[in-house]
Amino acid sequence: MSDPVSFGPDLADVFGPSQTDGGPDLVQLLTPEGERVHHPEFDHDFSAEELRGLYRDMVLTRRIDVEATALQRHGELGIWAQLLGQEAAQIGAGRALRPQDYVFPTYREHGVAYCKGVDPLRLLGLFRGVDQGGWDPNENNFGLYTIVIGAQTLHATGYAMGMQRDGVVGTGDPERDSAVIAHFGDGASSQGDVNEAFIFAASYNAPVVFFCQNNQWAISEPIERQTRIPLYQRALGFGFPGIRVDGNDVLATYAVTKAALQRAREGNGPSFVEAYTYRMGAHTTTDDPTRYRLNDELEHWKLKDPIERLKVYLRRNGLVDQEFFDDLDAEAKELGHHLREGCKALPDPKPLDQFGYVFSEMTDEIAAQRDEFAAYLASFEGSHS
Amino acid sequence: MSTSKITLAKGLNMGLRKAMEDDDKVLLMGEDVGKLGGVFRITDGLQKDFGEDRVIDSPLAESGIVGTAVGMALRGYRPVVEIQFDGFVYPAYDQIVCQVAKYTYRSQGKVKMPIVIRIPFGGGIGAVEHHSESPEAQFAHTPGLKVVACSNPVDGYWMIQQAIAHDDPVIFLEPKRQYHADKAELDESATPEPLFTSRVVRAGSDATVLAYGPTVKTALKCAEAAESEGRSLEVIDLRTLSPLDMAPVYESVRRTGRCVVTHEAHVNLGMGAELAARVTEECFYSLEAPVLRVGAFDTPYPPSRIEEEYLPDLDRVLDAVDRTFAF
Repeated sequence: MSDPVSFGPDLADVFGPSQTDGGPDLVQLLTPEGERVHHPEFDHDFSAEELRGLYRDMVLTRRIDVEATALQRHGELGIWAQLLGQEAAQIGAGRALRPQDYVFPTYREHGVAYCKGVDPLRLLGLFRGVDQGGWDPNENNFGLYTIVIGAQTLHATGYAMGMQRDGVVGTGDPERDSAVIAHFGDGASSQGDVNEAFIFAASYNAPVVFFCQNNQWAISEPIERQTRIPLYQRALGFGFPGIRVDGNDVLATYAVTKAALQRAREGNGPSFVEAYTYRMGAHTTTDDPTRYRLNDELEHWKLKDPIERLKVYLRRNGLVDQEFFDDLDAEAKELGHHLREGCKALPDPKPLDQFGYVFSEMTDEIAAQRDEFAAYLASFEGSHS
Repeated sequence: MSTSKITLAKGLNMGLRKAMEDDDKVLLMGEDVGKLGGVFRITDGLQKDFGEDRVIDSPLAESGIVGTAVGMALRGYRPVVEIQFDGFVYPAYDQIVCQVAKYTYRSQGKVKMPIVIRIPFGGGIGAVEHHSESPEAQFAHTPGLKVVACSNPVDGYWMIQQAIAHDDPVIFLEPKRQYHADKAELDESATPEPLFTSRVVRAGSDATVLAYGPTVKTALKCAEAAESEGRSLEVIDLRTLSPLDMAPVYESVRRTGRCVVTHEAHVNLGMGAELAARVTEECFYSLEAPVLRVGAFDTPYPPSRIEEEYLPDLDRVLDAVDRTFAF
């Protein structure tokens, strides 16, 4: 027996022993108990109005999620991808954006869509099956939901390379300088496309922020199946900085994402933000998490609820009164009504609609198929059903 | 009038140059396309003249190349990406069939994807494996993609410009064996035919041979050989594989009553199968024989020392023509 060959340091020595609680590098500005703490690098002097705004955004985002989940249960949506528990990660990231910044989402960024001004009703179309993305990506600088995991990170990188060529990076003009944010999850971090996006972005110094919501679960696969080191530490291997932020802390997520976006806008290249959070609901409404995770874990994360901690802080510091909560409640109810009634009123596409928009102009081949199908359908007209 | 004798490689190079001069949103990207000018020198000199921002040497990752092109197109650019060899396109398959092909449809026409994916294709160059493939059917089968194949220097010059100016994604297939093979006279002041059209390249009356890309030359040689035996073959260069331009094909087969399709790709579920089905549907009463296909066997591309036994050649195409007469 020979001694094992030494091949560099033990990974536990390099990366630390544990990542279950976010670890020592976790950037946090508001503790789960609602205590405001400060960070030497990432901080922001939040006004009372900003804080109330972030709270309102999170409450309304949760309302979107709750309503959509209920609509699925009532058979109005085929499926819904829930974001419960990830409101702070999405609102923090979404509110750090400027109008000229561009978002490439997964299929779960309902809160970011809301920040970008996309009517949440439009998000429902995909899940109801009436369209495959009912919004114009260039109207709100919010790309279409992308279901193939991680594919959008390359689109984000290419878009950022386009921004570089348009001269809207590093000019010093805050109205002009722009960046891209690419959303993805912990599961996607294993995809080739995400790793290629990291390489392209680093190689071209593209103004893109890779924003990973590590919600600990990729359907039933735990984070340990995707990585043996904290995800944010992967960034260094690609040649750009990575930061882990408490993704249930809207203040920290906002401050860190704002800094990362600013870095990109100034022409200093890509960065990686790992928003450390938890998927409190199921992967989608078709999933059953009780088959693969313990309720204890969920209970543990409930104590870190992103909305509750800000509520505690606002109350304790006298930044809100009952009228604020009453108004917000009314607003949430109105939003719920809008979603419920709007969803049911979304028009089904017509049979012949499927032939449109395959190309910028319909080809003769597709027009012929459409006409043939139209004639076939017409052949039933007047016959008794 | 400016005319010159050019190869296919030169025609494509000149076409790319012209497209870049005409529209500053046109970007080239791929492996080795910059300083080296591409492994086949199709982009020779373009980085020097248009700069590194417009002729972009990429990391070695095909999905990355096509995926970033999607983002550039969303930003208003017209990316032209080079896949170095046909057999290397598969790492980009998801980006091509799920992303590039579907963005316009998913966005209900709000977003256009003016991306050209250039792929040197076909065999006969004595290469190692994965360098001689013919993947066209995989893309022609995908709604949302347009697929064209040039066969000669003049078409190369015009078709690449037309593909770049087109608002939909185009898979642009270049028969790599032809890159430096033959020269043809290019008249830059001529008016080209529309991109998505097929063309009769040799008129005949006894049988129709359909070909595209590298097999057009084979088909033309067949027609010459057949003529010496008193048989008149009409040769059609399909040029566009998706959408197909069937009108000239139907017109021809109705006259000749016989049809042979030849391509380098596998016969099983290849372009020939679709062409045979359509010709049979439309020209049933004109056909004197079934439509026959001459292509690769349903085996992987073989070691190059026997590739000429694998690729359809003059004799195998003529043999198929004979069989349509013997039917």
